[in-house]
Amino acid sequence: MRIIVGEGSCGLAAGAGAVHTQLEALIAQDNPRGVQLGITGCIGMCFLEPIVDVYEDDGTLHRLVRVQAKDAQTIYDAVMGGNLELLGKLAITPEDEQFLSKQTRVALRNCGIIDPESIDDYLAHGGYQAITKILETGMSQEDVIQQIDVAGLRGRGGAGFSTAFKWRAARDSQGEQKYLICNADEGDPGAFMDRAVIEGDPHSLIEGMLIGAYSIGASEAIVYVRAEYPLAIIRLRKAIEDATARGYLGEHICGSDFSCTLRIKAGAGAFVCGEETALIESLEGKRGMPRLKPPFPAQAGYWLKPSNINNVETYANVAWIVSHGGEAFAAMGTENSKGTKVFALSGKIARGGLVEVPMGTTLREVIFDIGGGIRSGKEFKAVQLGGPSGGCVPASKLDTVIDYNELAATGAIMGSGGMVVMDETTCMVSMARFFLDFTAKESCGKCVHCRLGTKRMLEILDRIVAGKGEQGDIEKLEDLCYAIKDGALCGLGQTAPNPVLTTIRYFRDELEAHIDEHRCPAGECRDLISYSIDKTVCVGCTACARQCPVGAISGERKSPHEIDPALCIKCGNCKTACRFGAVKVA
Amino acid sequence: MRTLAPVDLSLIEPALDAYADIPGSLITILQETQETYGYLPMSVMEHIAERTHTPIATIVGVATFYAQFRLEPVGKHLIMLCQGTACHVNGSQLISAAVTDELGIEDGQTTEDGLFSLKHVACLGCCSLSPVMMIDDRTYGSLTPDKARKILRELAAEDGEGDEAK
Repeated sequence: MRIIVGEGSCGLAAGAGAVHTQLEALIAQDNPRGVQLGITGCIGMCFLEPIVDVYEDDGTLHRLVRVQAKDAQTIYDAVMGGNLELLGKLAITPEDEQFLSKQTRVALRNCGIIDPESIDDYLAHGGYQAITKILETGMSQEDVIQQIDVAGLRGRGGAGFSTAFKWRAARDSQGEQKYLICNADEGDPGAFMDRAVIEGDPHSLIEGMLIGAYSIGASEAIVYVRAEYPLAIIRLRKAIEDATARGYLGEHICGSDFSCTLRIKAGAGAFVCGEETALIESLEGKRGMPRLKPPFPAQAGYWLKPSNINNVETYANVAWIVSHGGEAFAAMGTENSKGTKVFALSGKIARGGLVEVPMGTTLREVIFDIGGGIRSGKEFKAVQLGGPSGGCVPASKLDTVIDYNELAATGAIMGSGGMVVMDETTCMVSMARFFLDFTAKESCGKCVHCRLGTKRMLEILDRIVAGKGEQGDIEKLEDLCYAIKDGALCGLGQTAPNPVLTTIRYFRDELEAHIDEHRCPAGECRDLISYSIDKTVCVGCTACARQCPVGAISGERKSPHEIDPALCIKCGNCKTACRFGAVKVA
Repeated sequence: MRTLAPVDLSLIEPALDAYADIPGSLITILQETQETYGYLPMSVMEHIAERTHTPIATIVGVATFYAQFRLEPVGKHLIMLCQGTACHVNGSQLISAAVTDELGIEDGQTTEDGLFSLKHVACLGCCSLSPVMMIDDRTYGSLTPDKARKILRELAAEDGEGDEAK
């Protein structure tokens, strides 16, 4: 029997470490049945963390959810006593199981299954067979790229450029020294797919990169990882050491003439470094400011040598494609978007986590069938795709299929996979302001349109959410949007206006309510709302008064309370505290 | 007020020995510097400039470009408050207001007693547990304003006990 604790960042934040420690202590004391305790990466069901999987010897899985340290004894007793029925109260419900059963996992194929710190576990699950096949059967560079081409793999980082095209361009570039780079600078707020892949299955990234390096003729590979992902760096470092020790990295890989080293470079926190030329500048130790293209990295990239850059998820698909053939990958998806896509589902969703579905699935299926719809029975309002470069897609577009072109037609983009769901209480104007605040801060400052344009847009949005919007502000925003799109050098600037443009396109009435009536329909913008207590509903339990940090609520016990608007700081504590729905926001 | 310990330049020598001659290592050297001193002291940056034959303007330019680098020391506990989209949607502003109210510091500031520093950070990637904050190396999820206050009080109390024991 094996007990496996899910220890991705989400699981650990929810308390998986304490569960592990408890189980370890109990098993160390007495282990009559020879139970093995192990770990795995992110299972993807973040809403149920911490998760413990108990595997019987015949492979039967008992998945236990929301496990706390105090449950360790129950698990231990059940496993050691051979009475697994005791685990019933911790077991996942059939409803929650649908979260995984409706997915198709390619990039995440091993996440939550294997031990990310064990190369043997990866090998036991078919790991390093793709690179071995290439080297032992003597597949040429073109043979490999041909498979990627047939698969129709497009970049999963956001722009969706053809991977085979990039690889051919880098291979055809003249030069002795070439570099293969992985962009793991997952900067989109609301995206954590790449973190989960590195934490849960680092060897699949290494194998995908090796295949890429072989295909373009690179002997040096680099992973540029966000410094905010310490666990990912630790696990990737161990994976590199193990792969080197086993001869999958270094000189004469698998006894062939192909040699390649791999190293990690920790980023220092700059969103613009997700842009490939900015990332290269950062790798060279400089300020991460984008370069003018052409020349493209395939011609003159890192140290001006031919370089190829893809993101983590793109590489994570590569070994699968080589093993199963390009056709198998292309059999999934739509005409121009093949394979699967991983999304990080979060926000006001009932079941949040990592979702991998075939392209061509509708947004509705992802959000409602897999994600379980909106939490606490509220109304769905919009889903944000593509982070600061994307946009908010409204309820009327929920049947849009996941496809690079179809999503672009809505004004959003496929993006790297952030999918943040919003309900009726989310203000779309405040949301647009949130993204402009982000891009204005993250603009590297190279281009005037982006540096000053985003700042001016933020100022306009700031006054709108403060109830000081002016007539003509929407038109001014639109003018700025198009000017920035035309005038910016890189993807950050060119896409920065998207969140505002989609808000104008789909939620113009909300913008107008802020400007014309100084009203926030969602009840979120602090300067435009006031709190009051409905005296016919209030039972005088005093819960709100005890939570008020400024003493603005008064009233006798068991009689209706009242909020003094002059003192109220609109923190919302009272509304959260009230169990009777007596606190109203208007 | 706290007094700053004098900066011992020799502490950074091992990193300089390892990286000074490798082109493109400036960010790595600065990361090592911050790991060693807790921030980037100006005197150390001047020393790096000398040892790597790089203009000081280039070094400060890089140090001020990236969010990770600090030019001033931080408190004993560094609070990183996530400003990601999911956290925003789930009420990170309320958490931010509660932390500011509890400690009397805004983003980028340190408390008088040097116990806490507050930093707003880009997405921490724990979106399903939003709103989230990270204190030192520990992540705290599903926060409410109350829960955030409680965590800070507990940390402050632990430090108080530690001081008394001394």
